[in-house]
Amino acid sequence: MSSSPLLPKMMKAHGVSRRSFLKYCASLTSLMALPPAMVPRVAHALETAPRPSVIWLSFQECTGCTEAITRSSAPSLEELIFDSISLDYHHTLQAASGDAAEHAREAAMKEHHGKYLVIVDGSIPMDEPGFSAIAGISNLDMLKETAEGAAAIVSVGTCAAYGGLPQANPNPTGAVAVSDIITDKPIINVPGCPPIPMVMTAVLAHYLTFGIPDLDELGRPKAFFAESIHDRCYRRPFYDKGLFAESFDDEGARAGWCLYKLGCKGPTTKSVCATVKWNDGTSFPIEAGHGCLGCTEPDFWDNGGFYKPLSAPAGDYRRVGQAAIVAGVAAGAGGAYLARKNKAEALANHETVDAFTLEKEEKES
Amino acid sequence: MQNSSNSGADLVQLKEAVANLPTGNAPPILSEILDALGRLIDRAEPTVIDLGAIPFTGGDEKVLQEILGNGEVNAVLDAMGESHVQETGIPGVWRVDHCDPKGEIQSRFIEITFVPDILKTQSEDAQRGQEMLAERLSERLSAIK
Repeated sequence: MSSSPLLPKMMKAHGVSRRSFLKYCASLTSLMALPPAMVPRVAHALETAPRPSVIWLSFQECTGCTEAITRSSAPSLEELIFDSISLDYHHTLQAASGDAAEHAREAAMKEHHGKYLVIVDGSIPMDEPGFSAIAGISNLDMLKETAEGAAAIVSVGTCAAYGGLPQANPNPTGAVAVSDIITDKPIINVPGCPPIPMVMTAVLAHYLTFGIPDLDELGRPKAFFAESIHDRCYRRPFYDKGLFAESFDDEGARAGWCLYKLGCKGPTTKSVCATVKWNDGTSFPIEAGHGCLGCTEPDFWDNGGFYKPLSAPAGDYRRVGQAAIVAGVAAGAGGAYLARKNKAEALANHETVDAFTLEKEEKES
Repeated sequence: MQNSSNSGADLVQLKEAVANLPTGNAPPILSEILDALGRLIDRAEPTVIDLGAIPFTGGDEKVLQEILGNGEVNAVLDAMGESHVQETGIPGVWRVDHCDPKGEIQSRFIEITFVPDILKTQSEDAQRGQEMLAERLSERLSAIK
């Protein structure tokens, strides 16, 4: 059952015409940054792709990633594609609970050994197994056990991809990314806080149709993370002309000038926010008048402050974080050690700040 | 802090300014279209240009519209949301805009072709049509009996 192509049958059951399907494929091909000539190949691959078993593990996370993907525009073919995977375990969405839920995971692992896809959202605490556990199984044990028979792992959200918010200074749980622990499986990182829903489904569609996509040095699919937000930003012409908003309510802000001086991280952040946009294509943070926070990049939370321009010194958080990723990918087990080292350094560097200080800084600058 | 006014008019002005900032990408696209028209005429080779692949704002759209203009065909598909398929004032150059069921634009294309493929009936759909018609006809015939 789980290996037979399901999409054509589901389309027929939902009364979706082939023309609608081709229309969807045209938009999907555009989204995947493939040339329009690839539309027939995408359509053919989607129609004949086998239905994979998917185990979704949620660790130290806020459920924002699941919220985002399940709130993508409905009713749509994206939904059908999401429905066309066999989601065998997802403790937020599944009806089963307790033993029955864990048995579903074990059964899927046994039946589809070597073929199932694991999706992870959330980071893994290394200091104490008890910081985060499901059905009495620590996140670390569950990840290792489930990854063993997986064909590939998709780390959804910045927490699973790079440690994210739980890993932020002073990293109280010793949080690490999936790639710090699992080193012998292909891992696709889909960072973002949360990732764009369309991007999550497109990565899934790419996996179904053409397998693992081309990845950049941080494990992200190049189709969505090859260019910076700055490259595609509609405010870019103002940057080029040297026209910057100096505060959130000055003339420059009204005229839509570049938000670089207000701390926009667009130039160092790779994502398709500026073209794919959010909330069913409504807008993206910069269009709403706020700089990019850089949420698809490692250590975005500790990268020197959201309202400091990129040219301002950012401390050594970023450098330490990058070292942890590179070393983690190379040495796997070193991740836990680095996480503890990070934590000690972060504690040593920790500076407290309150609203009063921020206001003072604002007035002085 | 020196500007205290935060009226709706300002917001409208900002929104309009944003929507109408041309990036300068329209002229190179128009050259590409001209080149593609040559290939269509010489070798019957169609070309599809994805407007989502480059920064292309409302201001750029305006330039494109001014030069291409409106043509003889204007079709609306009702296929999981509307799609607008229009021949521009330059025969052989089509605009294809796909919207989702909420009316939000999903993707925008320029097609240089004799007729965009999306307008043609797909053979799978024709097959389903054959089944439906046979069913409806037999229902009608049995009702008469």
